[in-house]
Amino acid sequence: MGWIEILDRAEVVTDKHHIRGSTGGGEIRRAPNLVPLRITCLPNDQDKMFKLSDKILLLCVGEAGDTVQFAEYIQKNIQLYKMRNGYELSPKAAANFTRKNLADYLRSRTPYHVNLLLAGFDETDGPGLYYMDHLSALAKAPFAAHGYGAYLTLSILDRYYRPDLTRDEAVDLLKKCIEELNKRFILNLPSFSVRLIDKEGIHDLEKLMPVGAK
Amino acid sequence: GDHCVGIRGTDIVVLGVEKKSVAKLQEERTVRKICALDDHVCMAFAGLTADARIVINRARVECQSHRLTVEDPVTVEYITRHIATLKQRYTQSNGRRPFGISALIVGFDYDGTPRLYQTDPSGTYHAWKANAIGRSAKTVREFLEKNYTDEAIATDNEAIKLAIKALLEVVQSGGKNIDLAVIRRNQPLKVTSPKSLVV
Repeated sequence: MGWIEILDRAEVVTDKHHIRGSTGGGEIRRAPNLVPLRITCLPNDQDKMFKLSDKILLLCVGEAGDTVQFAEYIQKNIQLYKMRNGYELSPKAAANFTRKNLADYLRSRTPYHVNLLLAGFDETDGPGLYYMDHLSALAKAPFAAHGYGAYLTLSILDRYYRPDLTRDEAVDLLKKCIEELNKRFILNLPSFSVRLIDKEGIHDLEKLMPVGAK
Repeated sequence: GDHCVGIRGTDIVVLGVEKKSVAKLQEERTVRKICALDDHVCMAFAGLTADARIVINRARVECQSHRLTVEDPVTVEYITRHIATLKQRYTQSNGRRPFGISALIVGFDYDGTPRLYQTDPSGTYHAWKANAIGRSAKTVREFLEKNYTDEAIATDNEAIKLAIKALLEVVQSGGKNIDLAVIRRNQPLKVTSPKSLVV
């Protein structure tokens, strides 16, 4: 599906920290819901976010098929760890496990062509966001994005991100990013699903639909 | 080996195990006889603990593998059959010795039906309404045959009480040597000791 497919991988994640959190911290992620194909639009209700555990989400985009295969494989292995050991992997450990798998497959005959964002909340370390790409790079980042949309949104995030954003400010920042995409991005992205992770777990926020997008 | 009892109620399944009293210097927590295989299935065993670890690990992997390929959680019968087949393979070829454990496997299928199965080293498995394994399993089973009635399992608490009473037939020194595991429909496994229950 060439360059048009890249569109539906435009996603943005904002990470906010709350130190000494009585209100706790959290992170917000979103992924667009539409797959445009030339001038027609295919509504795509595939959820790109995979729940690895109670407090970890994996956003997985890239080659069709590879995404679901890889993400589900990681998901089940994280669950297996929970069953074997009685407690869940931390986000940092899960991210490193995922990266190792990606790296092992990279130099095999069957690499997974996927780009990932892993977001999780750790009891001791607080919220954390991990950026991974198809070459198995791993970086912990305050905010991240994949796809062509990243060229636009990363500058917005650079300008307005602060480590002490509150939950509402973070959602506003996300809205700013989506507005920017709505304004300058060549393709039309009418709706985004948003999830938030905090010390209570994963919460679905309401879908964001930029004004004027169809 | 140490005693285990399993009761299948209407909305609850109960596993009770005898906890051998530990040596003074030993940390109690390292001996866990009730193990979760998945969110909705758990098992208790009697026999060689080391063999049990292997069987439990294979079962846990199979539970996740099943979810990955079929997108559904295992039924209790499926995972019991898997464990039983594994045990049977070790009775037939390659000069290996059988797994020295009997297991009680309990849980809820995703249609909400409670199940209790028992396997033994030969690799056979059967479904039960209530059963016991271990050294004096016969005594416990006779107690259950007499006392397992519809009234006895009418409520969750009654089923738990029945499990405790059945175990007390053979366990010396009473309540503090009993571990209980309880699964209620659509809820995760809860491991408790009898004194923390409101019965």
